[in-house]
Amino acid sequence: MSVTVRLPTVMRAHAGGQSEVRAEGGTIGEVVEDLIRQFPNMATHLRAPDGGLHRFVNVYVNDEDIRYLDSLDTKVDDGDEISILPAVAGG
Amino acid sequence: MLYGSILDLIGDTPLLDVSALSPNPRVRILAKLEGQNPGGSVKDRPAKAMVEEAEKDGRLQPGQTILESSSGNTGIALAMIAKVKGYPIKVVLPENVSVERRQLLEVWGAEIITTPGSEGSNGAMRRAQALAAEHPDWFFPYQYGNPDNPKAHYEGTGPEIWRDCPEVTHFVAGLGTAGTLMGVGRFLKERNPEVQVWAVEPPAGEMVDGLKSLEEGYIPEVFLDNDGFALLDAKLIVRPRESIEWTRRLTDVGVFAGISSGAAMAAAAKCAERIDEGVIVVILADGGWKYLSTGAWTDDLDVVEERAKRVIYF
Repeated sequence: MSVTVRLPTVMRAHAGGQSEVRAEGGTIGEVVEDLIRQFPNMATHLRAPDGGLHRFVNVYVNDEDIRYLDSLDTKVDDGDEISILPAVAGG
Repeated sequence: MLYGSILDLIGDTPLLDVSALSPNPRVRILAKLEGQNPGGSVKDRPAKAMVEEAEKDGRLQPGQTILESSSGNTGIALAMIAKVKGYPIKVVLPENVSVERRQLLEVWGAEIITTPGSEGSNGAMRRAQALAAEHPDWFFPYQYGNPDNPKAHYEGTGPEIWRDCPEVTHFVAGLGTAGTLMGVGRFLKERNPEVQVWAVEPPAGEMVDGLKSLEEGYIPEVFLDNDGFALLDAKLIVRPRESIEWTRRLTDVGVFAGISSGAAMAAAAKCAERIDEGVIVVILADGGWKYLSTGAWTDDLDVVEERAKRVIYF
């Protein structure tokens, strides 16, 4: 599966300034692996030391947070749009 | 009704049937109009609770200065309450909020401390934490970690919804401090474990380009202390364009609400499309008054969308 990944400002420098990149994978976990393969400096932004998703990173498939889907096992389809955003407060 | 204090008018907001906007005829959508609170937003509830609980146990003494960080609504609510009760107040505010939020803080006599817009609410919060550490004599409610914030919703908003609509199947609200979602969500699930709780967020992370690393990200203690990952059933991002479209659509049923309310309605409509039947209660956090300067209702949609991307409206 080929998907579009929207990057937050803080990660764009690791992708040559691009705000959107392409990645491959059948699950979010595989997409994250592919991103790190293409852009190794993203690893510290995406992964926690235990191999899970970094706690201050939210990943969305078609605007739905994967932590309330199947987390890294969430399936992706061709053409899905993945967004990565930092956790931000409001109020 | 006759009231002795403006603060007695906080809460007990109306629940309005806006099912005319539902994309699914078998799903009703009921909107809780929090803009009807005297300070103009849902934040009157936690602000009043945080102040009055602190008065009760002595953390807040007569004449003591109040300090809080806010993207607007909590600051405005606290400033109104502080003025009525005679406390000086300082509000740490990101510079990229709508001009009306700043003006309202001025109405209530708050001292505004501005932080860079590129750091968003996270930056304002960190500044407030640093100021609170330097000035232990100030009262710092700290809405993101204060249990009286979700408690105001557990004891107020939640029971009001249950009283007015015990047939509720889904609850939809914006996620900022998590106070509304945790307080109402917990209350409703205790009454009926089948109730689904959906959170709505703006893609605010796209504009906080001042974050130097994701280590500057933030999850409110209110969310973690209430086991938010387990309590929520879904979390959706609603983008500025869709938020504005739904803010406009709300006027078809006579509701003049803020942009975050448009986002919440967009999520409620998505929820209605996904389920077969049910009753959705959605929180409309504030009225539209504070967003007139964004041209949200009247200007060209493309122009307003670009403008909204640079303004914090949650």
